[in-house]
Amino acid sequence: MRLKKALLLGIPALLLASASAFGAEPSFGWDVGVTDNAAEGEKFLYYVYVLIAVIVAFVFVLMAYIMIRFREKANPTPSKTTHHVGLEIVWTILPVLLLMTLVYPSFSTLFKQDIIKEADMTIKATGYTWHWQYDYVGMEDQIDEIISKPLSREEAGEDKYLLATNAPLVVPSGTKVKVLVTSDRNLHSFSVDPFWVKVDAIPGRINETWFEVYEGKEGTYYGQCAELCGINHYYMPIEVRVVTKDQFNSFVASGGDYASLPADKNAVQTAALNK
Amino acid sequence: MVAGYGDDHAHDHKPKFFTRWFYSTNHKDIGTLYLIFAIVAGVLGGFLSFWMRAELGEPGIQYFEDDIRRFNVYATMHGLIMIFFVVMPALIGGFGNWFVPIMIGAPDMAFPRMNNLSFWLLPTAFACICISFFVPGGEGGEAGFGGGWVMYPPLSTSGSPGPAFDFIIVGLLAAGFSSIFGAINFITTILNMRAPGMTMHKMPLFAWSVLVTAFLLLLALPVLAASLFMLLTDRIPGGTGFFDPSMGGDPVMFQHLFWFFGHPEVYIMILPAFGIVSHVVSTASKKPIFGYLGMAYAMVAIGVVGFVVWAHHMYTVGMHPFLKAYFVAATLVIAVPTGVKVFSWLATMWGGSIRFTIPMQWALAFIILFVIGGVTGVVLANASIDTLLHDTYFVVAHFHYVLSMGAVFGIFCGFYYWFGKMSGYLYNKWLAGAHFWLFFIGVNLIFMPQHFMDMKRRYVDYPVEMADLNWLSTMGIIPTGLGMLFFFLMLIEAFIVRRPAGDNYWGEGATTLEWTLSSPPPFHQFNKLPVMEYDDHH
Repeated sequence: MRLKKALLLGIPALLLASASAFGAEPSFGWDVGVTDNAAEGEKFLYYVYVLIAVIVAFVFVLMAYIMIRFREKANPTPSKTTHHVGLEIVWTILPVLLLMTLVYPSFSTLFKQDIIKEADMTIKATGYTWHWQYDYVGMEDQIDEIISKPLSREEAGEDKYLLATNAPLVVPSGTKVKVLVTSDRNLHSFSVDPFWVKVDAIPGRINETWFEVYEGKEGTYYGQCAELCGINHYYMPIEVRVVTKDQFNSFVASGGDYASLPADKNAVQTAALNK
Repeated sequence: MVAGYGDDHAHDHKPKFFTRWFYSTNHKDIGTLYLIFAIVAGVLGGFLSFWMRAELGEPGIQYFEDDIRRFNVYATMHGLIMIFFVVMPALIGGFGNWFVPIMIGAPDMAFPRMNNLSFWLLPTAFACICISFFVPGGEGGEAGFGGGWVMYPPLSTSGSPGPAFDFIIVGLLAAGFSSIFGAINFITTILNMRAPGMTMHKMPLFAWSVLVTAFLLLLALPVLAASLFMLLTDRIPGGTGFFDPSMGGDPVMFQHLFWFFGHPEVYIMILPAFGIVSHVVSTASKKPIFGYLGMAYAMVAIGVVGFVVWAHHMYTVGMHPFLKAYFVAATLVIAVPTGVKVFSWLATMWGGSIRFTIPMQWALAFIILFVIGGVTGVVLANASIDTLLHDTYFVVAHFHYVLSMGAVFGIFCGFYYWFGKMSGYLYNKWLAGAHFWLFFIGVNLIFMPQHFMDMKRRYVDYPVEMADLNWLSTMGIIPTGLGMLFFFLMLIEAFIVRRPAGDNYWGEGATTLEWTLSSPPPFHQFNKLPVMEYDDHH
């Protein structure tokens, strides 16, 4: 009966706590992300982490209690109880209720990520074995395609080896950028964690995704291929340089000359989202 | 309960060595062969993972310098070997063969000769898999197949022209047929050969778990066989183009076919472990299983729902968001029957008189680790979060928590539970305890940091910022390896010292039929069928 009471009191409290966790702004130094999708994704991920942490803690505490209270020395005569319909109904229904709290945020974040709003510009990203190529769709007469190859350890330096490329993709902030993703031969995946973007590059298919980096969050962002594509799978990074709209316009006007861009003082930002 | 073997001692003569082990049709001998096979394959599969983990201990390339593609080969083979040649043979072929007939009161499996075929297909398959290590596979003629255990085209078709992958196809087809024959055998045995009075609802949970598993095998493996054949014909120059976009095919179709097999496969590996853990928890608590029917039908529910969630492995292939939403919802549903199982184990212990025997330690660790692996599964079930986590070490950590630590802990749990029954000897508790604690600490040290690594999968080298957690993870192979050393010491010691095991060395909590037989059981048991009393179970 004590088990039942614990369940009856514990789980609604947990529901309330987790619901308020999702409603509130994350508060302890949590990076709020540089795109809407990243910010909302992180918030949802944070909620799920809290939820599962509470569930794991509940199960472990219960288990520890059982292991101490019902060890052979403390309880030499075992009970013979094998049924308790109420309890069995409770532990079927309560997980259902907990899972229901996931459905709304899961679906809403999913639809925001996947249903692409009217884009301000379109980029085509093509995976090759083993580098990426970026085309500015509709701007081909102004700016050439960017063939983005990884830098060697010497060129990139220890810190940015396997992340930095010779020619990053350049996009403006505050702009909805649609990315069409496809592949030349093998599977790849266009994956930029800080934007909360990952979509497979598949030969014969064109997938799409989008991102809009907040104004004021200009800088260099890194991603890495996320679908096994052969020998150099680990060595085909994605580097995205986000600049202001003005800087982007002068980049285009210069015909895609990286020298037209200001030096980037922003720190390296990679996938360190759930640290 | 009945001891139904009293009169057959006179006829209990075993065949000579070659006839006994190579022509074997005895379910217990075949079970032993499966277990030995799984241990041998497990050493190889474990060795591969140790080498990969050593490589990832620090940034840069240390052990795969001459051929970095070999890292992908190791990752591929580690996955295939551990799934098809370690976990499945141990749980289904090994413990299933040994104890399902005994638990249901049957003298043997329904088709003993097919049982022999099931086993001997497996070393054949394993030979093919091992050959593929050494024959050219890559585009540059490098040895082995490096396309991942998921074998996605085009890397497995135009990307791997050499014969290495053809050997894997043949090997997996053989292993698949071995499992299909085994599944047919188990279904027939369990449905038709239960002792008088043993209704389905009195059948021990391990038999239930193997029955559900056998149905999953029977339905899922033909899909794998079909998709492997399609890969094979796609690979022939001038052949078909099922997965080749230039011929109107689609690589994503393979992924759907593969995961339609692949997701039930996950439950094929974990359900028998559920069954074993249920028996061990009940025995060590000296209490019958709590909520027996709920436990049995939770496994059935997991099996059924397991067939309609496959595309959660492929959230990033560019599916319509409504389709993803369906797979999110369906996947979350699986948490409910899984929760029923965990709470029923806890309720079985509640009010019990718990002895922390070696198998019980493995069972408790199984529950802890399976809960952790389960809740990270809830994280990954959400497509919008999977956008971040797909193909990262978070996924690696998740499925190793449910497999490397769920299924494998289930295997060791069953091994220590039944070791005395199978061999007739008791193990040394100190050696077995050292194995457990070293292994438990080791695997947690390996896989817990991987949740926080933010590293993509199947990378032979990584940016320096990920170095610390990788180093920590690699340190975990030391206790894990030492633990395995103690496992083998335990085996050797037990067979040298030969402490005889009694019929029922667990005492009052062990109520299934194998504990009514001698240890080891007679070569043929139940020549007179045992008759179940009405209140034997729950």
